[in-house]
Amino acid sequence: MKFNKAIVAVILAIVMIMGLASAAMAEDALKIGVIGPFTGAAAIYGNACKYGAEVAVEEINAIGGLQIELLEEDDEHDAEKSLNAYNTVLDKGAQMIAGTTTTTPCIAVGAQANEDRIFMLTPSASSVDVIDGKDNVFQVCFTDPAQGSASAKYITEHQLATKVAIIYNNADAYSTGIYQTFVEEAANLGLEIVSETTFTDETNDFSVQVAAAKDAGADLVFLPIYYTPASLILATAKSMDYAPVFFGVDGMDGILTMEGFDASLAEGVFMLTPFSADAQDERTQAFVARYQELTGEIPNQFAADCYDAVWALWNASMLAGIDGSTAPEDACELLIEQFTGDLEIIGLTGTMTWDETGAVTKTPTAVVIQDGAYVGFNG
Amino acid sequence: MVSFLRFLINGISLGSVYAIIALGYTMVYGIAKMLNFAHGDVIMVGAYIAFCAMQYLGLPPLVAVLAAMVFCTVLGMVIEGLAYRPLRQATKLAVLITAIGVSYLLQNTALLIWSSNPKVFPSVFNIGTIRLFDGNLVISSETILTIVANIVIMIALTLFTGRTKMGKAMRAVSEDRGAAELMGINVNRTISLTFAIGSALAAIAGVLLCSAYPTLQPTTGSMPGIKAFTAAVFGGIGSIPGAMIGGLLLGIIEILGKAYISTELGDALVFAVLIVVLLFKPAGLLGKPMREKV
Repeated sequence: MKFNKAIVAVILAIVMIMGLASAAMAEDALKIGVIGPFTGAAAIYGNACKYGAEVAVEEINAIGGLQIELLEEDDEHDAEKSLNAYNTVLDKGAQMIAGTTTTTPCIAVGAQANEDRIFMLTPSASSVDVIDGKDNVFQVCFTDPAQGSASAKYITEHQLATKVAIIYNNADAYSTGIYQTFVEEAANLGLEIVSETTFTDETNDFSVQVAAAKDAGADLVFLPIYYTPASLILATAKSMDYAPVFFGVDGMDGILTMEGFDASLAEGVFMLTPFSADAQDERTQAFVARYQELTGEIPNQFAADCYDAVWALWNASMLAGIDGSTAPEDACELLIEQFTGDLEIIGLTGTMTWDETGAVTKTPTAVVIQDGAYVGFNG
Repeated sequence: MVSFLRFLINGISLGSVYAIIALGYTMVYGIAKMLNFAHGDVIMVGAYIAFCAMQYLGLPPLVAVLAAMVFCTVLGMVIEGLAYRPLRQATKLAVLITAIGVSYLLQNTALLIWSSNPKVFPSVFNIGTIRLFDGNLVISSETILTIVANIVIMIALTLFTGRTKMGKAMRAVSEDRGAAELMGINVNRTISLTFAIGSALAAIAGVLLCSAYPTLQPTTGSMPGIKAFTAAVFGGIGSIPGAMIGGLLLGIIEILGKAYISTELGDALVFAVLIVVLLFKPAGLLGKPMREKV
């Protein structure tokens, strides 16, 4: 009996030491909540984000100094569940949120976080509504409409075209928003728009729109639309022997995954995206390699956005002197100061600065589709 | 001038797809006197069956079309037997609501089986294109095929309803269901056959629709279905040549409207023309005005 007691005592002692140790570690580490859809229909985005964040944490913790502990919660791309996940990570001691991944939950959680004074940096929720009227919510990705001006800049800088046609969905806020900012920026840059045509969700005949672009002599067709109608436009253009440069935004991402899609139709299509996994710089390659080890997959832009979000939070925290013991409300004010100040983060998705609206400023980058794969464009 | 011709041909191409769907609508309406709102979704199912037969089983296109026709024929008869036959004596509104219900059922079943991710229909009938005016005018083989299929089907249907015994039974049921039954015509079997033919046409329409506009989703059939219904009303619902003319006109008006007025107003224009036509000819272009008997 005595023997057993001794064992129990030793075990207890070990447990207590370990408990203390882990408590001490957790006390020092910066606690970041990661919220996204890890299951359900949008799981592909949430998981990309989760693993992207984990790669960033591995790299940061290997440096030494301020450590990071991630608190991950699933929201199934549901606003209600996302609020629960938000409360759970706060209960577990999260000081700031890298999330949420998708727009609808992010709007709900952002409103609550604004009330609670919790700092949020969303990697990928791109709607303007996410940051609108909230001084504590910031984005790593471009807002939806900002993709329009970014595209216009990219096209001008890389001299992809002189005459541009636009085909957009005027029944869709996403498409119309990008269209408007594109036209404004194009006017500033002197990019000539020769044809503007529209369609709606039910349209399946694009012969008029493509013919208008062709007749106007456009050498680039800007498609701020989703990939399903885009695939029809590409097929229509081919049947008309019309081969301009096609330029899409993030809605185009996924066109190659359509079952039965003839990848040769998308040959040479440009797509505005902040990240391409085949970029040759050392940091991207290390990220891609580690991400592949973890998941067996090539990282997409969501993974890179989330990686950048964690690095940005860590950098800003270091500069503001935030550590594991800072109260979340204080951390929020300090981080807002940093992000609206001259914080500059060099990430996988570009060099980023922020203004007080919460929107990011970074150099737009694009990929071009070659032989059925995304290839970084250096023009 | 060349661009006008090109838009005209695009319009005929779109219109002939509407026409082939409208034939199915008008056939069922003419004989069973009901609007089968699920017709557009049978088209979608037909397209999926043909897609699966080609993509997963590797069957040649013609066999795939036949498989889709057989499947849709059975599907049409099952829908008629389970959903519409029990309502033969019910009000027209009850049947109409049921048809909408069937439409949702088919769409959501397709969503379960094939998911919402769009599939790209292989271009099976692409046997080359005709180029005129230095390549400024391109006519695809799908367009020609659709138009030819339309004409063949229209003639076959007219002959069938006019010359064969079964066709005569159909017309009799259409004229007066009660009297037809007294003459010894099996009304249920006649209506079931109508659905079988209508659904087989839907399968062909599905393949032609997706050959011309190659994305396939569970909602693929709904908008063309509504447009085709409009075309059938436009041409005079119940009239087989009317469906053909209505469909073609609708397609041409839509494309020319988009090309010369505004891409934003294309659809609005189609329905505006429909309203004007119905104001002057309430039974449609080729419809027979019905007089209430006192």
